[in-house]
Amino acid sequence: MTVNIHHPAPSKHTAKAKNFRTSVERDLADEELRENFRGAMKFLSERRKSAFPDELELQTLREQCRLIKQRCLLKLPYLLEQLEDNLTRNGIQVHWAETTEEANSIIQRIISKREATRVVKGKSMVSEETELNAYLEKFGIECLEADMGEYIVQLAKEEPSHIIVPAIHKNKYQVADLFAKNIPGFEHTTDVDKLINEGRRVLRDKFKHADVGITGVNFAVAETGTLCLVENEGNGQMCTAVPNVHIAMTGIEKVVEWLDDVPPLLSLLTRSATGQAITTYFNMITKPRQPGEKDGPEEVHLVLLDNGRSQAFADEELRQTLQCIRCGACMNHCPVYKRIGGHAYGTVYPGPIGKIISPHMLGLDATKDLPTASSLCGACGEVCPVKIPIPKLLLRLRQESVKVAGPEETVMGGEGANRKTTEALIWQGWSAMHRHPALYRASMWLATRLHKFMPAKIGPWTSVRSAPHIAPKTLHELVAQRKNTRAKP
Amino acid sequence: MAILNSQHLRDYPARPDKVYLYGTCLADTLFPESGMDAITLLEQQGIEVLFPMGQTCCGQPAYNSGYEQEARKVALAQIKQFPLEIPIVIISGSCGGMMRHHYADLLRDEPGIEDFCNRIFEFTEFLVHVLKIKLQDKGASEKVALHTSCAARREMGVHITGRALLSQLENVTLITHENESECCGFGGTFAVKHADISAAMVADKTQSLLEADVVRYVTADNGCRMNINGSLEYQKQSLRGEHIASYLLSRVTGGTDGEPS
Repeated sequence: MTVNIHHPAPSKHTAKAKNFRTSVERDLADEELRENFRGAMKFLSERRKSAFPDELELQTLREQCRLIKQRCLLKLPYLLEQLEDNLTRNGIQVHWAETTEEANSIIQRIISKREATRVVKGKSMVSEETELNAYLEKFGIECLEADMGEYIVQLAKEEPSHIIVPAIHKNKYQVADLFAKNIPGFEHTTDVDKLINEGRRVLRDKFKHADVGITGVNFAVAETGTLCLVENEGNGQMCTAVPNVHIAMTGIEKVVEWLDDVPPLLSLLTRSATGQAITTYFNMITKPRQPGEKDGPEEVHLVLLDNGRSQAFADEELRQTLQCIRCGACMNHCPVYKRIGGHAYGTVYPGPIGKIISPHMLGLDATKDLPTASSLCGACGEVCPVKIPIPKLLLRLRQESVKVAGPEETVMGGEGANRKTTEALIWQGWSAMHRHPALYRASMWLATRLHKFMPAKIGPWTSVRSAPHIAPKTLHELVAQRKNTRAKP
Repeated sequence: MAILNSQHLRDYPARPDKVYLYGTCLADTLFPESGMDAITLLEQQGIEVLFPMGQTCCGQPAYNSGYEQEARKVALAQIKQFPLEIPIVIISGSCGGMMRHHYADLLRDEPGIEDFCNRIFEFTEFLVHVLKIKLQDKGASEKVALHTSCAARREMGVHITGRALLSQLENVTLITHENESECCGFGGTFAVKHADISAAMVADKTQSLLEADVVRYVTADNGCRMNINGSLEYQKQSLRGEHIASYLLSRVTGGTDGEPS
């Protein structure tokens, strides 16, 4: 696999990610939004907790799945070739896309070749990554979201705010208003079951007339050439079985080596995501319709997207980012995500995983506020089913973003984007002071002598806090004055 | 149950005659009493405490800001201050996590770095697992909360040792506040770089602590304490947090001082 430093084409996400600070300000002020997230994240965290009653089993399974994903990543180029061979043998056509533009163009050409205009799409975050709907629209192709959450988001002309539950930012009243505005003949109700039935009624009708179905992929099995799709609503099954053409799209990191790798990953995925032992549907797609068979699509395609993933792959530490199985547990447990919600990030993947993967997709220059927007509390790393050391990777991205960028980028696009001369000088001075004990003690002595002159306002710190109280004497001084403690060994 | 995390599983040494104390930079200028109280408590247990005057800061502020080389130089200067092969007791879970876990990576080329990291013990961890301390509670009956701190909890398992120590105090009732395991919003430079998110987090943390209806909260981390106390003071609330070293000392020496600083 050749690896080039990824320089993405500007997308709407590039612009949005750059506006992180303004979006945060807007969304923190939205009480209803914060309440929606607070409740939903609490619910999802509790669901996860109850799905893992045995801590030892959880830790054993996490370790097992970390090893599976690391093994598959270690063999990634080889497994991708094996996957292509076996899929091709099975009659599934494989397409490679280095960029989002390439992926969209491949899909559009498949659809246009069939002179098709009606597409239904199951949940696919990769299709959000490529902004596929908007692209197809330009060619007169209607792409309807068939996942209930995605459908709601599409009606509202928004983007998913969560990778598993895309409309989690909306409560039932907001959904009812949205349906009333957009679905003719909708009888206003805020009963959740009735709302879902109403949405299903619209969607089921669309399935009947769809020419092409598009879905994502949760696991692509190299050994057998099988595409696995995890879902709860049956829309995935409809998308892959009803229309004459099925196009699956996924990131290159979703390949696993053996069919046996799937059960532990699946168990960990559904329990980490929604606390379910298993989802309602689990689809395994291995072939298009064979001669003499009555069901299934005539054509099946797989589009494999890079979009910055090989840049992460090239670095042994950053490669761990690609272990992700997209369960969303890191966002459900993140104190920052819980408060600002998914849209504020401005990236397709929000939350902790978004902070570590988006810089590879959009460049560190467009995402420079993301790695610092963490208190490094570690909650994400603690729940990550495949043990991605997310806080450690955030630190690494912080290092990449403040390093002195040379004429050639060496690790990733946009490195050095946060480098500021003043800040760098401050840290150099800080470092010098803290490795010269006499200088340090003198400075601290001075600070404590001046404690009465401590300003009451110190930048953003004191906008919601009182200034810290500097002690009259330092610990070093107090120890030196104490009789029985040996100050110097 | 985070105790099952392999990071927390370690072999503890036999009770030593003497230890080093690592005071931390925050305690040095803001909370020196927590360092002094830790020393007193250790000495009461018959342990001689050495405090090298050359110690400054573990390097975490620069490290967490992405300035690895600047942090590395400070970290190197620290390890030189602790030449004897005795435990280094540190009164902060977060600085403890830095020196016990992150030094191994930051100073990976330094000979003997693993031995140094293995000598790092967070204060409550040391009391429980090495000293196997037995506390005699002489204080009045009261309700307290424990703020467990993120690095302390996830890197050092301090929520377990902190809880174990408080449970030895027979007149103290530990109240679990809402979202106890959640971050207070400090996170070093995060609180300044993303002040509005940090503000939302500390607002929720203080609300949970206030709703717990306790006379004080206890913590093993002065960083969180600076953040939470600062917010409480700004809100004109009387509730304050105390370092667990000071709190334990006040309980075993005859009573609460009543006014945590």
